[in-house]
Amino acid sequence: MAEYHNILTQVQVRGPAEMGLDERGIVAKERGVEPRFSSLLGYIGNAQLGPIHLGMFGTIALFLGTAWFFLTGVGMLQSVDWSWQALWRDLWWISLDPPGEEYGLGFPPIWEGGLYLIASTCLLIAVLSWWIRSYLRANELGMGKHVCWAFAAAIWLFLVIGLFRPVAMGTWSEMVPYGIFPHLDWTNYLSLNHGNLFYNPFHALSIVFLYGSALLFAMHGATILATSRMGGDRELEQIYDRGTASERAALFWRWTMGFNASMEGIHRWAWWFAILCPITGGIGILLTGTVVDDWFSWAVLHGFAVEGGLYNGPS
Amino acid sequence: MALLSFEKKYRVPGGTLIGRDLFDFWVGPFYVGFFGVSTIFFAALGSIMIFWGAAQQGVWNPWLISIEPPPLEYGLKMAPMNDGGLWQVITLCAIGAFGSWMLRQVEITRKLGMDYHIPFAFSFAIFAYVSLVVIRPVLMGAWAHGFPYGIFSHLDWVSYTGYQYGNFHYNPIHMLAIACFFTTTMLLALHGSLILSAANPEKGEDAKTPDHEDTYFRDFIGYSIGTLGIHRIGLFVALSAGWWSGICIIISGPSWLMPDGESWIEWWDWWPNFFTFASIGG
Repeated sequence: MAEYHNILTQVQVRGPAEMGLDERGIVAKERGVEPRFSSLLGYIGNAQLGPIHLGMFGTIALFLGTAWFFLTGVGMLQSVDWSWQALWRDLWWISLDPPGEEYGLGFPPIWEGGLYLIASTCLLIAVLSWWIRSYLRANELGMGKHVCWAFAAAIWLFLVIGLFRPVAMGTWSEMVPYGIFPHLDWTNYLSLNHGNLFYNPFHALSIVFLYGSALLFAMHGATILATSRMGGDRELEQIYDRGTASERAALFWRWTMGFNASMEGIHRWAWWFAILCPITGGIGILLTGTVVDDWFSWAVLHGFAVEGGLYNGPS
Repeated sequence: MALLSFEKKYRVPGGTLIGRDLFDFWVGPFYVGFFGVSTIFFAALGSIMIFWGAAQQGVWNPWLISIEPPPLEYGLKMAPMNDGGLWQVITLCAIGAFGSWMLRQVEITRKLGMDYHIPFAFSFAIFAYVSLVVIRPVLMGAWAHGFPYGIFSHLDWVSYTGYQYGNFHYNPIHMLAIACFFTTTMLLALHGSLILSAANPEKGEDAKTPDHEDTYFRDFIGYSIGTLGIHRIGLFVALSAGWWSGICIIISGPSWLMPDGESWIEWWDWWPNFFTFASIGG
């Protein structure tokens, strides 16, 4: 029945590279990296890679991001007594660790957390520089600043974990170790030390928005792909001048669940779900150990948990 | 009747899988169809069962209502109603309702002349649920291994089950599933943002175009996947999250996979052992 299928792009038209709009005539010369084409990318989306507008903040971000990466490597190497073999053998387990509790919010010796604080500063400036770019690039094109604000939501969580909460707790030792398993252990112990994070309502909300985002993108992605032969993927045109793709997409959900978004509205749902994940998550982490020490006891107090737990293994 | 301005011309008969035109009508905004009826049946029965269970236990605090799976002694047999049978019926109702919902999506897809991406996508959510309450319990030989139906009791189940395997964060497939969840959320934020920022430009600016979208993302990160590609990758990563979530719990528990009941922490021993085996480092 369905004669149109849209799994991969079967014909890839290859013209000259798109160098990007330059309505004020000043950014074209600031763009770098000769565009290249990848047929593999072309099966899924655009084949063109590059150009990029790095600018001052992009350069700072890349430089300091790389510095953070290498300082983490140096810290890992130091932790295995500068043995390259041991670095690879223990790679999953080792980390550049934050200072011990005894240093509070002070600056410790270089191998006792000092390097960690330097690396963290590099990472912080790198992330903020990249964030500034999200604003400047949109401003150049006269676009809204939605990417910038969404990025800010992620940075909120990053700052809560690495700056606000450690300061509130009075010690840098609360920061996250830079290592693969160690950062998972940090997550594990944060939960164990504060009576099971599942009973933190903001953590619960954050997970709802995380799963909700996966659900929304599955729904939205599938809806657009299912209407792409009517031009469903041309979302901006559909927003400005509604066509049959939007109408069918809307009716699909109206008939399925009694409610539908518009072509623009679905992107507002998407935006809010996605940014509320780190926003609520950040609130939950900031309260943990500062305002609420034990979420389980707190839940018992407020009537949504019972002493001994609701489930203790198959009976 | 709540009809959208353009809705009338789309409300045509046909496209049903079974029942011909028997249930081929709408109630308010909802399409009914045979599978709408079966959805209602299973969803209502399952919900009533949950309320019945709550009534029997005398628990009416919505956070604490919990319908437990049968005890281990029943293995894979049917259990008495008040000893886990309720859980089994509710599980059947849930699978019936989810399956009906998916088939109803197929009918609506056909009616609107769309492609089948949406019911296909929904099947991954059903798989994730079935992996928890059917596939893994069957592989482990007892319905007792399913999770209890309750808001906070199912979270306790997640805690309990996770720590049965040392630290579930060390399960490599769990890592993959989480990575997919985080990635799809980031992609959703970026996609939603890009569309909104093009359709809602700065004051006094003209509405923007896909060329602006491509330019923005190439300037920002050196690559713009394009209007079609973002939906392919978003759907793919979202479905991968559901798929690997199912896989990561299925591989935790069955004895032929974990003969020593080892923890996921120890599972990683192959990595340093490989180095010892190959006599690299010490």
